[in-house]
Amino acid sequence: MKKSWFGTPLQRREALEGYLWISPWVIGFLVFSLGPIIASFYLSFTQYKIGGTPIWIGLENYQEAFFRDKLFWPSLGRTAYYSVVTVFVGVFLSLLAAMLLNQNLRGRSVFRAMYYLPSLTPVVAMAILWAWLLQPQVGLVNYLLYQVGIDGPGWLTSRQWAIPSIILISLWSSIGGGRMIIFLAGLQGVPKEMYESAEIDGANAVQRFFHITLPLISPVILFNLILGVIGSFSVFSLAYVATDGGPNYATWFFMLHLYYNAFSYFQMGYASALAWIFFVIIFILSYLQIKLSDRWVYYEFA
Amino acid sequence: MTTTEQRAPAYAAESVASRRAGRNTWTGRLMTLTLYAIAIVTGIAFSLPFFWTISSSLKPITEIYLFPPTLWPQEIRWENYRDVFTIAPFARFIWNTVVVTGLAMLGQILSAAAVAYGFSRFRFPGRDTLFFVVLSTMMLPWQVTIVPTFLLFRYLGWINTFLPLIVPSFFGGGAFYIFLLRQFFMTIPRDLDEAAKLDGASSVRIFWNIVLPLSKAALATVAIFSFIQHWNEFIGPLIFLNSTEKFTLSIGLRYFVSNPFESDEPREAILMAASLIVALPPLALFFMAQKYFVQGIVTTGLKG
Repeated sequence: MKKSWFGTPLQRREALEGYLWISPWVIGFLVFSLGPIIASFYLSFTQYKIGGTPIWIGLENYQEAFFRDKLFWPSLGRTAYYSVVTVFVGVFLSLLAAMLLNQNLRGRSVFRAMYYLPSLTPVVAMAILWAWLLQPQVGLVNYLLYQVGIDGPGWLTSRQWAIPSIILISLWSSIGGGRMIIFLAGLQGVPKEMYESAEIDGANAVQRFFHITLPLISPVILFNLILGVIGSFSVFSLAYVATDGGPNYATWFFMLHLYYNAFSYFQMGYASALAWIFFVIIFILSYLQIKLSDRWVYYEFA
Repeated sequence: MTTTEQRAPAYAAESVASRRAGRNTWTGRLMTLTLYAIAIVTGIAFSLPFFWTISSSLKPITEIYLFPPTLWPQEIRWENYRDVFTIAPFARFIWNTVVVTGLAMLGQILSAAAVAYGFSRFRFPGRDTLFFVVLSTMMLPWQVTIVPTFLLFRYLGWINTFLPLIVPSFFGGGAFYIFLLRQFFMTIPRDLDEAAKLDGASSVRIFWNIVLPLSKAALATVAIFSFIQHWNEFIGPLIFLNSTEKFTLSIGLRYFVSNPFESDEPREAILMAASLIVALPPLALFFMAQKYFVQGIVTTGLKG
């Protein structure tokens, strides 16, 4: 797309109109994305409480985060733990669910609806509902476990089980959601003739999966992995509603740390430094995934 | 799924299945049976929490703390649903949510459509780069920008108003929606608007009278996603609203949980009823418009 600025008057007019049409996005991008990123970068080097003026303190906030803040590293570690499990297990199970629903089953649309419903449930309702299901004494989950002779844990109220509980809730709500539908779209994009000819050549179901399905949907897997990592690293609402970071900081994820620093302690400068650290982590993780993807993602038209 | 889409693969799958069946009927049947068993068991696992919530929402307080729990209330108590409205200003929360969701949706649809139209119909320097920037903003978690955004709204005096929840929707409407609509607009033949242009129609007219009416299906998809997104939104209201009469359902519900009201009686049943009321509109919308959900993504070819 090489276009000179000095095109014909008609081309200039078309360009001008084009800019006008996309101008809402351009303004929105500058005001709500690029501007805030630059502002948070600046604020991250300042001490700033609401109402006062930002005081330049150089790298102080970053030193505070890395060396003195006792909640920083644990919150990051917890987030990473949560993220690794939900992304790998979640993407894998979503793919399995999509493959199941891609079969020629009767009542497929009913199953599809059943799987999709949890992801439509508002996060607060979801958290409340699960807090009740996982209630240690009268919750349904422990009752069912009791039926098969297992003494269920305290779930959200136990330090050890709190994160696994959050993982469970988040998997329930996300396996059959948008990610599964994107996989479904990918699976339906695989030409049926390829399976047919492979079968004629004597390939069994497992071979067909590894040699046809997997390579052809690998771009979709990458897409879901990248968005999955971003989504899981941003875990906030679920933990905020279900446990509020507890018990005893067991579910104090990175975003809760940022939220409390910004909106409870009003440490806007420090919170900005945390936001920037988060931004860099997400950037590196996405970059690494894209770089490493050269080795396993197959592009039809590459 | 549209019927045409379903027919082709079903035919192909059938021919493969019948050949496979001809070769080995017994394992073929066992396979199918296993698939159904897995689908049903997992389907139940996904819906059981809803069943349990409905059941709990209808129980009297004496029954809700029974162990072992009763799967279905012995005595149904509909009053729990009435109490939702008497114990908290719930009707107010619903109205607030409707206003915010409606206006934000409107802004999102209009501005995403306008921007998508700009990207799909006009040639201008830097277009592809800018579109790439649109797509990369999908990777930016908005929590990263929350501190300066909050400061901006505070500076504008918008805290504890609905403006922070509505106004940003009018500026582009989100990368995903722009992408979805642009993909759709590209499938509309350009001959149509070329002809209108020769007749002297302005680009606004072409957009409003040709492109939008032809894109009803795509716009409906965006509307549905947008509705659910705003109805369920939590962080925005949590940060920008602080007085009870401004609360939307998502934080009104939380308020309902964490603030014990005058009575010390457990209110779990009422809470379950309230959560169901909050969850109901998105679920109902899903059932009414199910085909758009899958189709919207399938037809735009969102597969990398």
